[in-house]
Formats: sequence, C-alpha cells, structure tokens
Amino acid sequence: MSKKGVIIVDYGMGNLFSVVQACKHVGLDAKISSDKEEIRNAESIILPGVGAFGGAMRQLEQLNLVEVLIDYANSNKPFLGICLGMQLLMTSSEEFGFHKGLDIVEGKVLPFSNLVDTTKNKVPQIQWNKIEVCSREAKLTENIENGAYMYFLHSFYIEPEDNNIITTLTEYGSKTYCSSFQKGNIFGTQFHPEKSSLQGLNMLSNFKKIVNNE
Amino acid sequence: MKNIRIIPRLDIKGPNVVKGIHLEGLRVVGEPKEFAKFYYESGADELLYMDVVASLYNRNSLKDIIEETAKELFIPLTVGGGLRTIDDIRSVLNAGADKVVLNTAAIKNPQLIKEASEKFGSSTIVIAIEAIRQENGKYFAFIDNGREFTGKEVVDWALEAEELGAGELLITSVDNEGTGAGYNYELISEVSNVIKIPLIVHGGAGNINHVKDVIEITKIDAVAISSLFHYETLKNLKFAKKEMIEGNQDFLRSGASNTKIKSVFIGDLKNFLRDSGIDIRI
Repeated sequence: MSKKGVIIVDYGMGNLFSVVQACKHVGLDAKISSDKEEIRNAESIILPGVGAFGGAMRQLEQLNLVEVLIDYANSNKPFLGICLGMQLLMTSSEEFGFHKGLDIVEGKVLPFSNLVDTTKNKVPQIQWNKIEVCSREAKLTENIENGAYMYFLHSFYIEPEDNNIITTLTEYGSKTYCSSFQKGNIFGTQFHPEKSSLQGLNMLSNFKKIVNNE
Repeated sequence: MKNIRIIPRLDIKGPNVVKGIHLEGLRVVGEPKEFAKFYYESGADELLYMDVVASLYNRNSLKDIIEETAKELFIPLTVGGGLRTIDDIRSVLNAGADKVVLNTAAIKNPQLIKEASEKFGSSTIVIAIEAIRQENGKYFAFIDNGREFTGKEVVDWALEAEELGAGELLITSVDNEGTGAGYNYELISEVSNVIKIPLIVHGGAGNINHVKDVIEITKIDAVAISSLFHYETLKNLKFAKKEMIEGNQDFLRSGASNTKIKSVFIGDLKNFLRDSGIDIRI
C-alpha cells in the first residue's frame, strides 16, 4: 500500500516552500494547493501561515476555503495548524480589533501584552524556546524531549478553553502559555516544526506516523 | 529567560560567499551551500544571507541559493540586500526565506516598512541599519555598504522603523565590522535601551569574549557573525572552492596577521557562552 500524503493549504500567507521540504525530508509526500476538491480529498492537511490574523481570514474567505476547512476538521482526518495556521483554528482573535476565527477549537488568540511585561520581554518573540511536554499520550510529541528547543516567531498566543487539549507549554517572561495542542484529529503548534532543526523534524515525522496510522 | 540566537552571516556576491573589512574589499571565501550546511549541522540558530552587490544583477542566482538552502536546512533563513519592492520581498519569501532584511529601500521610502509588515507580518520584516560614528559623536545611518550618508540619526531611525511595523532590527557598526576589535557597545546600547523589538548586532567580534561581553553588557537578542566563523570554516579546505584555495591562503594569512580575529567553531562558541551562564540552544 502506498503511503499517504499531505496537502499544504495555500492561502497566500507565508513560507510554504519550507513546510513542503520539511515534510518531504521526513518522508511525507507534500503538495501545495488551494483547490477545494483537492483539499477535501486530502489524506491530511497542514494549514501554515505567517502574518496577520484578519488578513488571513479574509484570504480564506475570498478563496472560499472557510467551509472546506471546517468540514475537513469534522472528517476525522489529520489536520495540523502551524503558527498563524494554528491561531486561525480558534474561535476568535484580538489582533488589531476583533476577528472571528474558524472556531474549530474553542479558545482565543490574545496579544502577548496581555500575558507578559512588554517593557522587559520583546514582542514579537523571535527566538528558540523550550517546550514542556504535558501529555505523554499525545502522538505528536512522542519521543520529543522535554525541554526541546523549538523556533518561535509570534506576537499573539492562544488560550484554549479546554486545558486538557494542551500538549506542550512554553514559558515567556516567566508566564506559561499553550505552545501546542491536540483535539482529536486536530493538531496545532505555535512554533515552526519545519524550522526547528532535528526536534522539529521529529515532530513532523510523528505527524507522518499519525497520517499513516503507524 | 531570553535565549540568544547565534546567526552566521553569509555575504553573498553572485554565486559566492565573500568577506570584507568595513564592508569593503570583498574576497571570495567559498560556496554558500557548503558554508550554510556546515553551520546548520554545527548548531546555527538561524542563517543570514546578505546580497552585498545589492541587487541589480545576479538576482536569480540569489534565488537559486535560497531555494537550494531551504531544501536541506531546517532553521530560519533571513535574506537581504537590494530588496526594493513588495514583489522583491515576495519572490525571496517564496524561494524559501523566512524573513527579509530591508535597508536602502526602507530609508528612501519608510512607508515600505508599513506596507511590507502589513502584507507579510511584522515578524517577517527586519530593518538593517549600517551605523557610522560622526565627528560630533553621533551615529548616523548609512546605505550602500556604508558609502552613502542618509542624514538619519540611528536611534531616531530605529524608533521610526519600529513604529512603522518592523519586527526586528539588525545593527551593523561599519566602524567595527571585519576588524575584530570588539563590538561598539555605545552604539548598541543607545539602540537597545529604547527599542522594544528584538535586536541583532553585527560587526566587530574578534574573539569569543567579545561575543560574551556584548550579550552581557547590552540588551541584545541575537548576534550575526561572519569573520569569526568563516576564517575557522576556511581552515577546513574542503569548504573553499578548489580554484580559489591558493588566493585564499594569502588572504587567510594576511587576514590572520592584519586583523585581531581569533576564529572559532560555532559549536565551541555556543558551549563557551552556555558555560558562561548565557541561555543558548545547544
């Protein structure tokens, strides 16, 4: 049986090339697409993204992808959101005003200024930071070292309604926040596994195993 | 705690990595892909490519270099040099860069910062400031590798760039660059004391203690290093282009005697910094 692949959803936000290369590197066949049918039929999808929340939602609406993504989330097939792509899965965001998200995962996207003292902690956070693995059952973090460094680049963070979905926590300005989660078939990482060297590649390799039910 | 990024900086001219002193007198030191791969495997936290001939020709070779790099290296890649328009930025990002560095175009048209940060996200936009100390003791921003005076004071320009949406600043002290004499703490502190966005410093490291000092004395987030790493990398001749090895030997010898640079392997620098109590990713 041939191995299953992933569709990287292209909605005009961010560096898709690196996500594709990193997936291929761990043996997960990846293809970029913004085609509704192709996304619907995908064996798994990754929603990447860097940029502003409001603009990203507008892009998804213009491409008629909102419903496609929500349906996909309900299909029980693996769905990974990375960085802004993860934030878009939430109910709403307070980035430059109030924006509705895809509401696939209940929770909010909030500015770092809510959490940390921005006179002492730089915003955006652009650095390698540690993840504390909270859930040993979560497949995405299987064999990932506690305290592994991942690459973060963001000004907003998420607060899921249900703390039980949190798979890793990260500390910034001596406060902790959710840096990844799993809710059924839905996965999200605030950091960029595709830019996080070997530990990040291990995580994408875990995603490949999830996709192929290994 | 703040984790300090160690960023090898590769100045690119056409298909080659080059290195100069005070951003001038460029010498070919090798192939970008070889250098980049070596630094990635040695624990670099990010890579910085600067196209130093700025721009008007050889654009495609820069794109090829980015694509080749992004295929095999899974750390952040920041690219600058000669990017003038939103389309220039997009083409570099599409080739696989994660962040772009703007200098000349941003000074000439500060609105480009706003436009670019709204389009691609603040955290994608790095503003580079090449600073030169004037006789009155003030630091001014220069463009064109430190050749053209802009009339903008460094601190004012840093604050303006931040206000317009820049996500990060890269400060180069042209006076110190390539000399190995140490960092310009006065300049760096003036900037790091007032800005809220992350600051990368470049220019002047001659040994590992200089790097430790700049991290401990000033409030920076990352260091971009070229000479200190490149001279060490070049000792391993497989990284130099074969036909250039001879010329480079002279360059290396003269480099070693004319400058105060005591080169270091990136892994050794990171271990040294961590052992000094600095938060470093190993």
